[in-house]
Amino acid sequence: MRVLSLHVNGDRVELAAPDHWTLLEVLRYRLGLTGSKQGCDKGDCGACTVLVEGQPVLGCLTLAASCGEKPITTIEGLMPAHLAAGGTGPDPVQAAFDRCGALQCGFCQPGMILSARALLNRNAQPTRPEIRAALSGNLCRCTGYTQIVQAIELAIAESLGVEPCAPAWAPGTNPWKLAAPAEPGA
Amino acid sequence: MLRLPQFELAQPRTLDEACALLVEHGEEAQLVAGGTDLVPNMKHELFTPKVVISLAKVAELRGVRQEADGALVLGALTTLEALAQDERVRARAPALAQAAGLVAGPQLRRMGTLGGNVMLDTRCQWYNQTYFWRQALGFCLKKDGSACHVVAGGAKCVAAASNDTAPALLSLDAELVFHGPAGARRIAIDALYSADGIYNKTVRGEILVEVRVPATPAGHRGAYGKLRERGSIDFPLLGIAARLDLSADGTVASAALCAVALQARPLRLKKAAEVLLGTRPGTADFEAALQEAGALAQKQCHPLDNIPGDADYRREMVPVYVRRTLLAAAEGSGPVHHV
Repeated sequence: MRVLSLHVNGDRVELAAPDHWTLLEVLRYRLGLTGSKQGCDKGDCGACTVLVEGQPVLGCLTLAASCGEKPITTIEGLMPAHLAAGGTGPDPVQAAFDRCGALQCGFCQPGMILSARALLNRNAQPTRPEIRAALSGNLCRCTGYTQIVQAIELAIAESLGVEPCAPAWAPGTNPWKLAAPAEPGA
Repeated sequence: MLRLPQFELAQPRTLDEACALLVEHGEEAQLVAGGTDLVPNMKHELFTPKVVISLAKVAELRGVRQEADGALVLGALTTLEALAQDERVRARAPALAQAAGLVAGPQLRRMGTLGGNVMLDTRCQWYNQTYFWRQALGFCLKKDGSACHVVAGGAKCVAAASNDTAPALLSLDAELVFHGPAGARRIAIDALYSADGIYNKTVRGEILVEVRVPATPAGHRGAYGKLRERGSIDFPLLGIAARLDLSADGTVASAALCAVALQARPLRLKKAAEVLLGTRPGTADFEAALQEAGALAQKQCHPLDNIPGDADYRREMVPVYVRRTLLAAAEGSGPVHHV
């Protein structure tokens, strides 16, 4: 057991935890921040993704005692950070997930959104392959990822003030998709 | 939910402190850097150390530098992500940069280190399981038991070396600097690995400080090919590192082919690499040599049914990946993966 002084979502918190507790356990069971999900708990699924010094890492494989003073951001910290920076409402990525229906059960969503947020912080205009690569450590078992990528593209378009590009399933965007049959009489 | 067994975490700040802790606690200690290999293994109770010595704060293990002769010195704590992005590594040792860039997924590459990947524990589907699962089976040769479930009656553990960077480092003739109670010493990477799946390294009780990649000639080409079921996260079902050093007239002056995820140690495919010597990429000779190299590699590679992916399929993919990875090396492209 040792006293940890962590820097979570902009706040300094002091708490006692055993050395063998992971960051995820401390966040969920000491700090009540249950937004970070406990999925496979062995580094496969990405549901526990949090940002440490702005970079996505897996909470389930990070020892809490090794975090020191590094700033940690969980899903709970995104909206307050956005508001503090002068924005309104939730983080644009969160809002876009909502509008695009980029979730079903929602279990992967906190990790997905944090991976996406870190990507947009280092590259404001990623390409579709770059988005998919940045999310490749986060598994989703419901959506097939299509609306997730679309949501991130919507957030990018809104931040640039341009029209969002066509979603992946729109006619003409998938070369292997058959063209729509001609309207009768056209 | 998988809980870690209890341990005390030590966080030394210097190499000497870390070594002293390792000497003090001996077999009851485990070293950890990024934790992406050890932590899941501890959650599965494959390791239950009393003390975990974190190397994350040891400054001597950090940094990438290029020496005057062009050799690269890579600190053991260099993350796989940093290695994959480093311009010097991409230019001088493309196979290594590509291999590091294909390890696991983005979060794991940001946490995992080069040193950790070099020292990765061998993997087997009868071993990388929870205590409950392994107990139900009566355990296995590698941990807590006496029977091998892969090779009936087998007396030798065949858990597979699964580190992507190992074949790339073999192809580059890398050297490793270890620090122990007797001071520092340098060994060739060929001498690190043995064919024992229980512990496939020849070094114990010492700390990997840095990886040295000797200077590569101007005509150096390298690529890495990784067979896996998904485009991310998975360990290799087969990994092939290819090296071609082209002479001024474009012919292959020296070549190396190395493979991983086949047996307990990463393999050098010497005969397969030799047939490429003297051929020139782009010619019919080179094409014929690629076919022959693939056939020779397949002869030498015998995947076992102890990691995901059907063993027969993985064996059939050996010539395919040898050919594609050599072609990518010749073209200066890569990495090779089909998902």
